[in-house]
Amino acid sequence: MTNTAIFTNVGERTNVTGSARFKRLIMEEDYETALDVAREQVESGAQVIDINMDEAMLDSKAAMVKFLNLIASEPDISKVPIMVDSSKWEVIEAGLKCIQGKAIVNSISLKEGEEPFRKQAKILKRFGAAVVVMAFDETGQAETADRKFAICERSYRILVDELGFPPEDIIFDPNIFAVATGIEEHDNYAVEFIEGTRRIKENLPHCKVSGGVSNVSFSFRGNNPVREAIHSVFLYHAIQAGMDMGIVNAGQLAVYDDIPKELRDAVEDVILNKDPGAGERLVELAPKYSGMAQAEKVEDLEWRSWPVEKRLEHALVKGITDYIEEDTETCRQQFAKPIEVIEGPLMDGMNVVGDLFGAGKMFLPQVVKSARVMKRAVAYLDPYIEAEKQAGETNGKIIMATVKGDVHDIGKNIVGVVLQCNNYEVIDLGVMVPAEKILQTAIDENADIIGLSGLITPSLDEMVHVAKEMTRRGFEIPLLIGGATTSKAHTAVKIEPQYDKGVIYVNNASRAVGVASSLLSKTAKAEFLAKTKVEYEKVREQQARKKPRSKPIGLQQARANHAKLDWQNYVPPVPSKLGVQEFHDVAIDTLRHYIDWTPFFMTWSLAGKYPRILNDEVVGEQAQSLFADANAMLDKFARERSIQPKGVIGLFPANRVGDDIEIYSDESRTDVLLRSCQLRQQTEKKGFANYCLADYIAPKGTPDYFGAFAVTGGLEEDALAEAFDAQGDDYNKIMVKAVADRLAEAFAEYLHEQVRKVHWGYATDEALSNDELIRENYQGIRPAPGYPACPEHTEKSKIWDLLNVEERIGMKLTSSYAMWPGAAVSGWYFSHPDSKYFAVAGIQRDQVEDYAERQGMTLDEAHRWLGPNLGYDY
Amino acid sequence: MPNKRHALEAALKQRILILDGAMGTMIQKHKFEENDYRGERFKDWHVLVKGNNDLLSLTQPEVIAQIHREYLEAGADIIETNTFNATTISMEDYDMASLSREINLESARLARKVADEFTAREPHKPRYVAGVLGPTSKTCSISPDVNDPGYRNITFDQLVEAYIESTLALMEGGADLILIETIFDTLNAKAASFAVEEAFDQAGTSLPVMISGTITDASGRTLSGQTTEAFYNSIRHIKPLSIGLNCALGPDLLRQYVEELSTVCETFTSVHPNAGLPNEFGEYDLEAEDMAEEIIDWGEQGFINIVGGCCGTTPEHIKAFSDGLKNTAPRALPELPVRMRLSGLEACNLN
Repeated sequence: MTNTAIFTNVGERTNVTGSARFKRLIMEEDYETALDVAREQVESGAQVIDINMDEAMLDSKAAMVKFLNLIASEPDISKVPIMVDSSKWEVIEAGLKCIQGKAIVNSISLKEGEEPFRKQAKILKRFGAAVVVMAFDETGQAETADRKFAICERSYRILVDELGFPPEDIIFDPNIFAVATGIEEHDNYAVEFIEGTRRIKENLPHCKVSGGVSNVSFSFRGNNPVREAIHSVFLYHAIQAGMDMGIVNAGQLAVYDDIPKELRDAVEDVILNKDPGAGERLVELAPKYSGMAQAEKVEDLEWRSWPVEKRLEHALVKGITDYIEEDTETCRQQFAKPIEVIEGPLMDGMNVVGDLFGAGKMFLPQVVKSARVMKRAVAYLDPYIEAEKQAGETNGKIIMATVKGDVHDIGKNIVGVVLQCNNYEVIDLGVMVPAEKILQTAIDENADIIGLSGLITPSLDEMVHVAKEMTRRGFEIPLLIGGATTSKAHTAVKIEPQYDKGVIYVNNASRAVGVASSLLSKTAKAEFLAKTKVEYEKVREQQARKKPRSKPIGLQQARANHAKLDWQNYVPPVPSKLGVQEFHDVAIDTLRHYIDWTPFFMTWSLAGKYPRILNDEVVGEQAQSLFADANAMLDKFARERSIQPKGVIGLFPANRVGDDIEIYSDESRTDVLLRSCQLRQQTEKKGFANYCLADYIAPKGTPDYFGAFAVTGGLEEDALAEAFDAQGDDYNKIMVKAVADRLAEAFAEYLHEQVRKVHWGYATDEALSNDELIRENYQGIRPAPGYPACPEHTEKSKIWDLLNVEERIGMKLTSSYAMWPGAAVSGWYFSHPDSKYFAVAGIQRDQVEDYAERQGMTLDEAHRWLGPNLGYDY
Repeated sequence: MPNKRHALEAALKQRILILDGAMGTMIQKHKFEENDYRGERFKDWHVLVKGNNDLLSLTQPEVIAQIHREYLEAGADIIETNTFNATTISMEDYDMASLSREINLESARLARKVADEFTAREPHKPRYVAGVLGPTSKTCSISPDVNDPGYRNITFDQLVEAYIESTLALMEGGADLILIETIFDTLNAKAASFAVEEAFDQAGTSLPVMISGTITDASGRTLSGQTTEAFYNSIRHIKPLSIGLNCALGPDLLRQYVEELSTVCETFTSVHPNAGLPNEFGEYDLEAEDMAEEIIDWGEQGFINIVGGCCGTTPEHIKAFSDGLKNTAPRALPELPVRMRLSGLEACNLN
């Protein structure tokens, strides 16, 4: 960004020598508020901020370092360059070691002679800092234009000619002194400065001139209106002479043309020293203007005085609901029809939100909050609109649904909100919606677009099915595909060939609006569809060309290369308690310590690892606010017990039989409860086994054990989310699900630890931090059906049978074997120290046939459930 | 060594120079285990060293030399020493800070030897060794503690000290230039450049310096929050041979920042992107020809002067770049107006 303004403002309020308030804050170590001072300066237009900690009672160096380090964590402040201001060289050096940007140093001079000046300049050059050079030499500060120019020229020659210092990085400060002091020698100070500036700028190429402007009006302390007039008139002339920069309180400058003529003329006479009586005349005139009180700004609520449209926009952008009904009402009275309030100011405000989001200047959680404000306003207007019986014009109507068999809807809800923000009418059919219902609704509602979402792999097939049905029923409208397991490759290869009126993969919420608007534009639609078609054709070609990662091998060969655990010299640990146990009363305050927060932020499209993300330069502020809201919700859950995590575990005698695990009712190992069927890696391995989870269980003859678990964040999840939905509060609706999700994962982590330490009890003295738990630094694993080590989803039904999950804790399985409620985890427990996670990846026909037989499935069913893992075309 | 700089500058005005590709990716293919990393010399070391790739310069020098050879064979003009994590600060993770100097020295010697083999064979195409200074695992302008944003676990002075030691060893081992790369935090890079100049003073000679920053995600900023131009303004004072971008993103996502850099930067530009973003297995799978398509386009658009690969790239990629860019003219250096070019997280160029 190039600043085209001819004058650069340096903020002066973060200076202990110039601001009593800032000094007090630093002395009291109230750095929090001190940062606010810096922030206010940037907000009110300072392009550079000057920081000075020169105070005798202060460890200036420590204060400088601390404040600069804190600023580095505040992107609102650290976006602008910093001026490190000190008369102590060690403070300057320490400051430069904390600043990643290109800073300005204020200041060096020839005061102590040329040697220290040279030494300091060389170091500054190595730091790459720009520098303020004072017109100060061995004999003192320059007062006359001649001396000012002579010292600056001498400094310039040393810096540029001798040391190779870049001339564009030099700023001269030729000393601004007070005028109208009553001492005659001072009368010409402003003129000397202006004249000195003119000569410096004319003769010393590329350098800049700056100064501390407030000095000039020092005699009029206490009379701010007159001081402001003096600053303004002084700058008017100094800038014409070439002054580029000034340390100035941006909020305290009168506009030259707004100064009453009488005052302006009197000030001008003083600044330009027109006659010996000028100072006295101004002193006499000054009291007359001292009462020109400036409007005291009440920072926080200043926006309440704006025109109502601006207030609505502000409320939408900032997500403030406090005044929205009041403002909407005001607006309603101004417009002929209530609908015009929505179409006019409210939509204008949302367009601003949309633009800021599109430009990456707002983040998803903020947009969701904006949507909450919008909904509140619309809800307020609804009865009036109803009364007039007029429908609002929208950009288009979009049907959205999570497909049959799947219960996951966080992502879909987010996309819905974003689309609504952009004035699309979204008809959300919810979760587990059969194809028939989706298509019938689209016809009945005359929808413009259908959007499908899903999280588990079987949903991919259901999406293919919906696409086929759309073709069969002669649909013409485009189909959008989204959700965690979907991909451009899957969309291109499997879905798009089934429906030729447009299938588009939307990889994240922010893309949804662009895609929808292209699809609904009469002019852009054809080209967009054609482009997408070409792109997907290319993806298909690439997929077809893709070499397998490694060579497939036969099942026999893979089995021969199984993981060879040394069962001769290993005694599998015996669980302290066999059988099934339920957990109904684990406190939320216990579970919250086990939460892995990183995925929570991913849900909200904020990228970064917890806890680092809280301090992220870009999304940190948002992350902190989300984190606070999530914890407030957890507090509320804990207090009101409004959501109850539940879990069930079971530990059983078991042995490996081939690639299956036989689970027995008791130690006699005669009554087989059921067999868990596992899959084996089937590509050529060098130096590694072809892993299969069954390898981690001892073969018959060695007594071994095996476990299963299922947990939920709480059956109340959906009802809680719906209650927020009913209030039009999408933000909290999404938040409930995101938090419940984390509780389920935390519960799984907690139970696994309890199993290791108590119920199975093979790691009684384990003591791991949450971070170590997240990194899985423990013995044993808990793979979940549907994930890479055991990717086939129907295995979950065995966990349900084995543990009586539904009867005991109310969790259910859908037709696609998704768990209800969505905040749920289930899986198997393995205790062997060598057990580890792996990905089964692509398998071959011989294993699919074998697996179908073991599972009692038809070959077709096996192909369907193993679809994502087929290493061959089917 | 002004002649090296002149030779490089002359070459850079003639053609796009090719940098090598990933070292780590090539090492991974050997599937080395703990014992391979240890070798005979460190067989009793008290800390696990698997993953300490830079140590392989001492324990598996032939493997490292072979990787250099494969890149030179593929057409690389400049190879990077195996010293990404060789500063005392990063080596502390393995309690090997005391080996930092030796690893830098031997890595530079290895690369020097192989480069000289090729230069001798093809004197018309001299090969250069870039001594690599990595970012270290600590950041000088970001607090590791969320609750204490003013806290730092490394200081500028500590970084300077570590980088001086590495630089002197790289110079002694025969590096032709110094490459400060994968800059997440510009303050670390400023410390590195401060140290490099100090090392040049101590050695009484200087080498050309290449600088390469890392845009960590689609926000278009470094991890420490700077935009491309702000980053450029922060480090242009050392008058590097080139300024560029590497790692974190594949060529598709990096493109706009490369283009931006090519317009704001008055030195030569370099890029070495990753082979795409990691897939669900954590592997980079953008293949050579697909990646080369984008890279060659950058060449044709006049964005770049030096190009190579970062994570996931192989000699196959480098060969594709080298072949594809053979006849492409390098980016011409723009003439920029003289301005005070300051920066915070954003650039602030004063008129």
